[in-house]
Amino acid sequence: MVEPDLPGFETLAVHAGVKPDPATGAATVPVYYSAGFVFEDTDQAAALFNLERPGHIYSRISNPTVAAFEERIAALEGGVGAVATASGQAALVLAITTLMGSGSHIVSSSALYGGTANLFRHTLPRFGISVTFVPPDQPDGYKSAITDETRLVFAEIIGNPVMDVLDVEAVSTVAHDHGLPLLVDSTLASPYLCRPFEFGADLVIHSATKFLSGHGTVIGGVLVDSGQFDWAASGRFATLTDPYLPYSGVVFTDEFGPAAFIARARAEGLRDFGACMSPETAFFLIMGVESLAARMDRHVANTRRVVEFLASAPEVAWVRYPGLEDHPHYELANRLFPRGAGSVLAFAVKGGREAGERLIESVELVSHLANLGDARSLIIHPASTTHRQLDAAGLAAAGIDEGLVRLSVGLEDPVDIIADLARALRNSQSV
Amino acid sequence: MTERLVHHGGVDPDPSLPAVVLLHGAGMDHTVWRGLSRHLANHGRQVLAPDLPGHGRSGGPPLGTIDEMACWVRALLDERGIKTTTIIGHSLGGLVALRVAAGSGGLIDNLIMIGSGAQLEVHPELQQAADVGDRKAVELILSWSFGADGRVGGRTDPGTSSLVTCRRVLENGIGVLGQDLRACSEYLAGEENAGQIDAPCLVVSGSEDRMVRPAKSARLAGILKNARYELVLGGGHMLMVQQPDRVRRLVDGVLPPRQVLGFRADV
Repeated sequence: MVEPDLPGFETLAVHAGVKPDPATGAATVPVYYSAGFVFEDTDQAAALFNLERPGHIYSRISNPTVAAFEERIAALEGGVGAVATASGQAALVLAITTLMGSGSHIVSSSALYGGTANLFRHTLPRFGISVTFVPPDQPDGYKSAITDETRLVFAEIIGNPVMDVLDVEAVSTVAHDHGLPLLVDSTLASPYLCRPFEFGADLVIHSATKFLSGHGTVIGGVLVDSGQFDWAASGRFATLTDPYLPYSGVVFTDEFGPAAFIARARAEGLRDFGACMSPETAFFLIMGVESLAARMDRHVANTRRVVEFLASAPEVAWVRYPGLEDHPHYELANRLFPRGAGSVLAFAVKGGREAGERLIESVELVSHLANLGDARSLIIHPASTTHRQLDAAGLAAAGIDEGLVRLSVGLEDPVDIIADLARALRNSQSV
Repeated sequence: MTERLVHHGGVDPDPSLPAVVLLHGAGMDHTVWRGLSRHLANHGRQVLAPDLPGHGRSGGPPLGTIDEMACWVRALLDERGIKTTTIIGHSLGGLVALRVAAGSGGLIDNLIMIGSGAQLEVHPELQQAADVGDRKAVELILSWSFGADGRVGGRTDPGTSSLVTCRRVLENGIGVLGQDLRACSEYLAGEENAGQIDAPCLVVSGSEDRMVRPAKSARLAGILKNARYELVLGGGHMLMVQQPDRVRRLVDGVLPPRQVLGFRADV
């Protein structure tokens, strides 16, 4: 019996997008610090500008080091292409501006990172794009919020910081039934733990700052296109199906087929909004991605130990982690994340907000900072930091109670992480 | 579904310009010619890159034999009033091009075949999987189409995965893939047809092509009366997707670029 023999995930994580440098034989991707790229001749220059030939023109639009990172992430997610951006938020904005303009509408899960919540509640409406928030785990809610003007359904794979798990299959079915794509922020999973395209998502974004980097070194984002959504059949996406004058009337769906969306995102979005990634950042990210599988396995293993400890600690009021059997989305999490439900969890200490503050001020090994997915264990109190801009109603809508503490479990010895937390928990209860 | 999609490389077809027909392979569509079709259209050619019936965005039932596909292409040329054309075919499209060119008098001024041969056998397990719409068929084609280079990428088209792009095109065409593959294996007149072609021919294959082995393409070039054979080192079956610049240069060698059309694109 013959079987396909394409490279596996770990192999792609190390090799995809990079060949030994033909000039020097360098095995890792060189960092191409060059704003522009010399044309062979006027005909090649014209052809590049006219989307006839592949290649690099100017590093705002593409750069060889950044392209290697993009191709690697596309391969790992199973997408036709990717565009790297200055941050995860830039990736989200790029997706939105590629698909819609003033008068359009987004249906979004209400369980969101604070920055995204602000973008949706305050910033996009200034540009004429409205957003309806729905409970993250009720597919019918998404359905009833869709209008004729809706152009996108959006949700986080694991809601930050409340730890709801998105039923990607159910929500993508709702979106597709209405001719709409589902965009998933898959930052908390990474492509090693979940590949949302396999469950029906059409577009994925990552804050590459998190697990893809893995070391808390750089800010970056990436937008990935599955190539599965039929933009032409939907009829709702003139940006992809109508002639685009700035490139001689190119129709992206005709010209690029399954890569129509990502081609437009690069050709227009990077050109006009310019939120590109630097080649140095891309290099750091490529290095991070090479160890993604090994790191994620260790992140998950450490997290299971920490969750087990917290769940039995007398100072802890509750623990929310999708890998815990009492989590309402435990079964769903097992389907989406067979290798483990990530390394971010939420918990609350007894004694409310003040006890939570004492906990955070007592940790020594665990760092108090606004990031996650780092080699270091990180802790934060969202209501006073990452989600501070949300009012009480916004916090309630996002499911964040005042005592909630978010913990991103790192790669230290789990015995040491637990010892640090145990001491801090004891301190949290002292008055 | 559009009744019939013929892509013109992004430029309205001008009947006064020399024509180039681009024919895609089994289960695929015109988007495999992205770049080349746009290049030709912007360099003084009238480009016709159709989605064969039942493929891509062309409706209608798929055609079951290479002869039927060749008749369909000839009808398209008649409808457009094209008396002479270059024809470029990939894999199954190469067989169709061969059939169109055979005994067609002066209709074909150049024939370019990429990843094709006079006769294309299909692995029985691939045929079996394709017949039942099993996605394993797609994965087998990708496995046999992409060599060591293509599998990990390092592509010239920034930020894209040529392998996944081909996967999507094939998945979209999974419903017609079995019939297309059968049309390939049941076309037995290739060598006879090749002997009937007087036009200059270019036969191109990739050294890593396991769908249509290079030896098969080289053999076809030996049968054609006026053919040149080019082996692209490191290339696979989806040569025009994997190494678009190399394929464009080979095509430009046959069809020298004409005037560059004006366009506007500001960075």
